[in-house]
Order: sequence, then structure tokens, then C-alpha cells
Amino acid sequence: MSISKEEVEHVARLARLALTEEEKVLYAEQLGRILGHAARVTSLDTEGVPPTAQAIELANVFRPDEPGKPAPSLTQEEALANAPAVEAGHFRVPRILEAED
Amino acid sequence: MSATPGSARPPWTLTATELIGLLRSGDLSATELTQSLLERIEQVDRDVRAYITVTPERALARAAAVDRARAAGEDPGPLAGVPVAVKDIIATKGVRTTAGSRILDNYIPPYSATVAERLDAAGLPMLGKTNLDEFAMGSSTENSAWFPTRNPWDLGRVPGGSSGGSAAAVAAGEAVWSIGTDTGGSIRQPASLCGVVGLKPTYGLVSRSGLIAFASSLDQAGPFARSVADAALLLQVMAGRDPRDSTSLPNPVPDYSAHLDDGVEGLRVGVVSQLMGEGVQAGVRQRVQEAITLLGKLGAEVGEVSLPTFDAGIDVYYLIAPAEASANLARFDGVRYGLRVDGEDVAKMNSRTRAEGFGAEVKRRIMLGTYALSAGYYDAYYGKAQKARTLIIRDFARAYEDFDVLLSPTSPTTAFAIGEKTQDPLTMYLSDVCTVPTSLAGATAISIPCGVAPEDGLPVGLQLMGRALDEVTVLRAAHALEEELGPMPHPPLWGSPSE
Repeated sequence: MSISKEEVEHVARLARLALTEEEKVLYAEQLGRILGHAARVTSLDTEGVPPTAQAIELANVFRPDEPGKPAPSLTQEEALANAPAVEAGHFRVPRILEAED
Repeated sequence: MSATPGSARPPWTLTATELIGLLRSGDLSATELTQSLLERIEQVDRDVRAYITVTPERALARAAAVDRARAAGEDPGPLAGVPVAVKDIIATKGVRTTAGSRILDNYIPPYSATVAERLDAAGLPMLGKTNLDEFAMGSSTENSAWFPTRNPWDLGRVPGGSSGGSAAAVAAGEAVWSIGTDTGGSIRQPASLCGVVGLKPTYGLVSRSGLIAFASSLDQAGPFARSVADAALLLQVMAGRDPRDSTSLPNPVPDYSAHLDDGVEGLRVGVVSQLMGEGVQAGVRQRVQEAITLLGKLGAEVGEVSLPTFDAGIDVYYLIAPAEASANLARFDGVRYGLRVDGEDVAKMNSRTRAEGFGAEVKRRIMLGTYALSAGYYDAYYGKAQKARTLIIRDFARAYEDFDVLLSPTSPTTAFAIGEKTQDPLTMYLSDVCTVPTSLAGATAISIPCGVAPEDGLPVGLQLMGRALDEVTVLRAAHALEEELGPMPHPPLWGSPSE
């Protein structure tokens, strides 16, 4: 199975990964081989078989929505302590929208 | 060997079960024991490199508190004072936690994982944080952004992975026991390669709160130890419902040590034919066959069982786990924590941060997972793999109609050389062939050492798989076999501390 460089670029964009030209070539080749191996799965007869998202059957676990439970909330200071850039008690990020003018 | 006070054996050489007796009788203090382990780390970790971070002050403070409690006549808990090492993917408040990744180089968690809190509450001094493949993605610990860990049996070989640091620490005498995480074999395979015991609990038995997520439907934390009895004790501390993890199970937790000595008379053991085939190293097969013969001698009813879907296990796993990883790792965006590499807009900042922060294997799995989940391929890959996962679970269910536990090698080979498989990801993935089926089924399995392979003198691991939540039976069978196999030799690096 082969994956094109264009497909690699598309997937890298979706995954927000800035790949080098060397990485694009490498991953095209490696993903092709790994997915080729996975053809054993695609050839299995799964007609009428339900999918498993997780193996243990637990559904709809509810709890009351109360502040500080089941674990105490982080303070604003704690929540921001690991942030690369902070301004006025907020996470600071680069421009998201283009300026109007 | 008896562990008597005044014995020439230093504390770091003893099992937890032996140490607990000495701590309770007052023949050894938690501080002396912790000192002994810290000195051992000082002595050998420059070669083994099991630890990313050693936390001596913290460990000694916790040990001193245990000693004070005992001196005051209080009960600090049955295991109090026996130090533990913790994989660096488990959040520890105030202690750097990197997940083996550059993207979390300076991350200091503002809270602790439930597992870490339970260890602390049980009075287990934490010696430090152990090395791993970046975000637990790998089978050799070579994918750590910091350095590879070396196998204490042969420093030119890998310890396995992803919990290679936790396994090597126990094998080298740098920890009495330790905590790892297992998504597709990351506890069992390194336990096998390092000649120690490693148990992957049933999905949902141990809280995932505070584990840095890799594949959320598969991740489980579990113990490494030098004996099955020690593993049972450590599991006891970790197991049980946690309101902070909605996937943790409400079932009552049994006493994991109570039935260790019940033996295997009449126990039905199924040897999985798909996992005893051509790809298995001759010496591994030989040692596992010998262990199977011993189980028969002990009264177990041993038979062969075929689980045809296991042949597709690796492929199912390497579609599902990367798909979940690609979603989980989306959180590393350079905004709230971790590395940021600047860019003129948010998208460029995100993409550059992730390009610089993640290593090659993590990028590969994010790419693989994103591809398998993307429009046009979802049904063919991810959807198909989820259905195949159901088929594997059905295969297990059929096997458990006739058998109580299933048996296989843990790893098809002994420890391989550093660098041997790094250029070929697919070959590396295939080393997980025996461990991924249990992970996909959300069930439990243990790896115990069963001697060394004649051709290379390296440890061989035997895997016993059990039904979901049947850790008691798996531990009982493993303990009976361990007793019959006799003491596992120590790695050369152990030296001759008693002489």
C-alpha cells in the first residue's frame, strides 16, 4: 500500500504538525508499510459484528455537578502556573483572526 | 535465604515481603531502607539510567514520617516504609513530570494522580520518576526524549518498554517495586526482558486520573515487583473505584494475597497456539515449555487452545491505539502548559510547537491515527479495527469456556540490542504480539520470569492471562509456578552483595 506525499501533507495539516520535507518522505513510506500490514484487519469478516469502543461495559456514569467535587478545583494561579505565556490572568496566544482593516 | 538483622545482605536486595517484616519488628527503619536504595541508585544509575528524576529529600521526608509514626505507636499501614519508583507519565504534584517528552520538559503538575496519592497515603516513599518511551509509545525505552535506559542484564540491550525505567529499576536493585502503565504490553514486556514480575490489571480496576493519556480505552497502571506476592501487595494499594475516573469500576476489591498459596490443582490452563509459533525464539519456547510441564506436575490441567483472531491483534492495536493517541495528544498545543514555539498565528504556533516538541515515534503515531480517523478512511481502518476488537473479545470468551487462565510467552524474544529495531517501526511493533490481545479485551495478565534463555543468558518471561477482574486466579497460578521454578538468578550488575 502506498501513501502519497500529498496525503501526508493533508494528514499533517489535520494533526497540526509542521513536517520537514525529509519527514514527509519518511512517513509516506512508513505509513504505507504499516497500513499494508494492517490489511489483515481489513480482510476479516466483520459482517454484523458490533464495534467495541471500550471493553468494560460501563455506561452513563453520572454525578452531581458541584464545584470542588470530586476533587478540589485548581486555583487560577495553579491553572496558569505551567502556561508558556500569561496576561492579566489569562492564557496569552498569538493572533487568531485577521485584523478587519 | 532468610533476611535476619545483621545479615550481610543489604536492604536494597530484599523483597517487599521480607522488608515489611523487618520494618514492623523494628530491625530496620524506613529511613535506613530508603538510604540504602538511594545509595544503590547513586551507585548504578549512571549505567542503567532508569530514573529521569530522583527525589531523595521527598523520599527521606516520607520515610522519616513513617518512622515517627511507628515510634509513637501508631500504625502507618501494612506496607509503610517500603520505597517505590513511579513512571514519569504519572502526575506527581510539585515533581517534574515529562512523559519522556520534550514538550513537557518543564511541566510541574498542579495535582497528583490518584495512584500517586494512594502510594503516598500507604506510606511508600517515592524514590523518583522513571524513564519511558515518549508518551508510553514504544517497546524499548529508546523513544525517551532524554536517554535510553539500559537492561541491567546487559547494558548493551534495551530493557523493553514503554515502562523500561520502572522494570530496570527493580531488576537493578534501584527500587523494591515500582509502578508502570500498560497500554499494549508496556508493563509485561519490560518485566519479561528485565526478569521481574509485572502485572497489567483489568481496565477500570486502577484509576487513570492523573495518568497522562495515551490510548484512553486501553491505558492501565500496574505494579512491577521481584515476586508475585509483592505484586499482589502493591496492586492492593492501587486498586479500587475513584470518583475522579468515570471509567473506574465500582466492584469491591478482593484480597489479592489471600489465595496465593491455594495451588493450581485442577486449574485449567490453555496454551495459546498462535503465540507459540515460528516467531518465538528457541530458548524462549524451551523455558516456557518447561514451565508448562511444571504446571502439569503441580496438578494443573494443561491443554492447547486456538484463538485465530490473535493473528490480527497487532494490526487492530496499531490502528486503535494511535487513533486514540492522535485525539489525546491534541491537547499539546502550546497554550496551557508545556513547550511553545512562536508563530505569527495560532495555527502556525500549534504546528511548530508540536513539530519541535514531539519525537519521531509520537509524530508517526499521530499521523497514523489521524489518517485512520480521517474522512474516507474511518470505516476502512478505525471502524473495521473496532469490529475486529469485538472478534478478539469473543475469541477470549470462547477460550474461557474451557480454561481458567491462558498461557504464552510474554515476548517472542529476549532483550534485543540498543539500536537494533529503531529504524524499522513495524518490527518494533511486532514485539508486542503476545501482549496486545489482553489489552484489547480489557482483561488482566501477568508476566513472571521463568529462567534465562540458554542461547544468550537473558531473562525469559511467561505470560498468564485471565478473565476481566480475575487477578486473584492469575496471581495464584503465577505464585504456584514461581515457587516451583525456584529463585530467579540476579543480573550480573547485582554483584555479590551477601559475600
